Amino acid sequence: MNRIVNDPNYVVEDMLKGFVKNHNDLVEKTENDRVLKYKKAPVEGKVGIVTGGGSGHKPAFIGYIGENLCDAVAVGEIFSSPTAKAFLDAIKEADAGKGVACLYGNYAGDNMNVKMAVRKAKKLGIEVKTVVANDDCASASKDELEKRRGVAGEVLMWKIGGAKAAMGASLDEVIAAAQKAIDNTRSVGIGTAPCTIPAVGHPNFQIEDGTMEVGIGHHGEPGISVQPLKTADEIADEMLNLILPDLPFEEGDEVAVLLSGLGATPVMEQYIVYNRVEDVLNEKGIKVYRSYVGNYFTSLEMMGVTLTVMKLDDELKKCIDMPVNSAGLKQF
Amino acid sequence: MESFKNADAGVIVDQLIHKIQEQRDYLSEIDGKIGDGDHGINMNKGFTMCEEKLKGQTYNLSEGLSILGETLLDDIGGSMGPLYGMLFDEMSMACEDAEDIDADMFGEMISGAVEGIQEISPAKVGDKSLLDTLVPAKEAFVQAKEEGKDFSECLNAMNAAAEKGWQSTKNLVAKIGRASRLGERSKGVLDAGATSCYFIITTIGEGAKGLL
Repeated sequence: MNRIVNDPNYVVEDMLKGFVKNHNDLVEKTENDRVLKYKKAPVEGKVGIVTGGGSGHKPAFIGYIGENLCDAVAVGEIFSSPTAKAFLDAIKEADAGKGVACLYGNYAGDNMNVKMAVRKAKKLGIEVKTVVANDDCASASKDELEKRRGVAGEVLMWKIGGAKAAMGASLDEVIAAAQKAIDNTRSVGIGTAPCTIPAVGHPNFQIEDGTMEVGIGHHGEPGISVQPLKTADEIADEMLNLILPDLPFEEGDEVAVLLSGLGATPVMEQYIVYNRVEDVLNEKGIKVYRSYVGNYFTSLEMMGVTLTVMKLDDELKKCIDMPVNSAGLKQF
Repeated sequence: MESFKNADAGVIVDQLIHKIQEQRDYLSEIDGKIGDGDHGINMNKGFTMCEEKLKGQTYNLSEGLSILGETLLDDIGGSMGPLYGMLFDEMSMACEDAEDIDADMFGEMISGAVEGIQEISPAKVGDKSLLDTLVPAKEAFVQAKEEGKDFSECLNAMNAAAEKGWQSTKNLVAKIGRASRLGERSKGVLDAGATSCYFIITTIGEGAKGLL
């Protein structure tokens, strides 16, 4: 697999050390070696923003620690939830006395560990409220929204929640804005080659050469169909055909679009897909208010892309426009 | 009425640690068939960390279970950390003020464990998870107790139901956890969580019987 590691069992530890060195202007280690925090956190007078998840999704999750974004992040093993203790310690690092919003993705392990952490935080007198991202519209049907997984839409949820908190909003207001953000967001992924956890050494799912899996999850969860590989334009159409009717997005809507690579797809190809995405949205009378293209939420070296579209209103526009400074997202 | 002393029962926690250490490779082997093959490694890591913490200490059953639960919650992430962390934490809390543990107290402990897990996990019996072992085991214990059977008979009923529930996972299609991605392909293999839960419940059952 020609991966560049030292000991495959310690890739998370080794990565964290390098990350902290490179981003020492923004992030800091904490007492818990599985929790990183924003240098200025806890930020006085601000609701704390916490997230966390398994590793292997760089720049998520730690790449979104920074100004007007996340204050602290719990780090798990590759594709495995952080511990309840890591979530709790991240909550403690982020808390400035105004409460903490824990904004994370809908996965069994994360749900359980966050719940345990919230129970313990309550005992310590820290108020924590949560929003669980479920933007992946290929992961369950529309009448089972609670079963849908969280994917790249989480980036937009953190952007909105982080901005709202930075504006001085209360915990309830931050939670309402983040919930509104994710409720108005839909994503779908297309995989063209699988990924391998370094310590395992072989992929635990397959995508045959010359095929693509539509609706694939961020850890290789099966999608809704396997098809012969199509052109970039056709892939864009395929993803929009799943996303647009689901919310639905309609003529006159203004949207934010995030097109992310899954790790091994060149950014060049991501722009080819984005070109078509914006054209189709324009044709349908849907205005792209802001767009992001690049490796924002990956799955190790999986090949493929995810498309995320968020419908905006005035509040969400104000939040999405706010400058941010983090390793994964800079906006001035 | 049959009972044992909380103070004498810390040994059950030692037995749990040894059982998981002994079954490490078997648990990983089962997990490797439809999961990522790390269940034995993770469980062994957590239980062995607890062994380190308990070394040289005196502890009753409640205290030992509390340290075990806390270790799993603090040091083992994923799904097993919180699930077993919750199980042992709830069992510990139920008996923390008890000097003697009789069938009623034990019934509260195992019922608390089931309720705690159901509070954090949406899994149901039949989803191919540790609940397929735990829930029938609890129900068999409670039923035997309500029928007026003595403590050791209740524990026998619990252990038998745990084994039956564990074996039932072989023919189930996984509806939860990583194996659920495999759909029908998850059939024909025992569930790793149900397997470790079988070892845990029966070790507690046998350990308790040995103290009566």
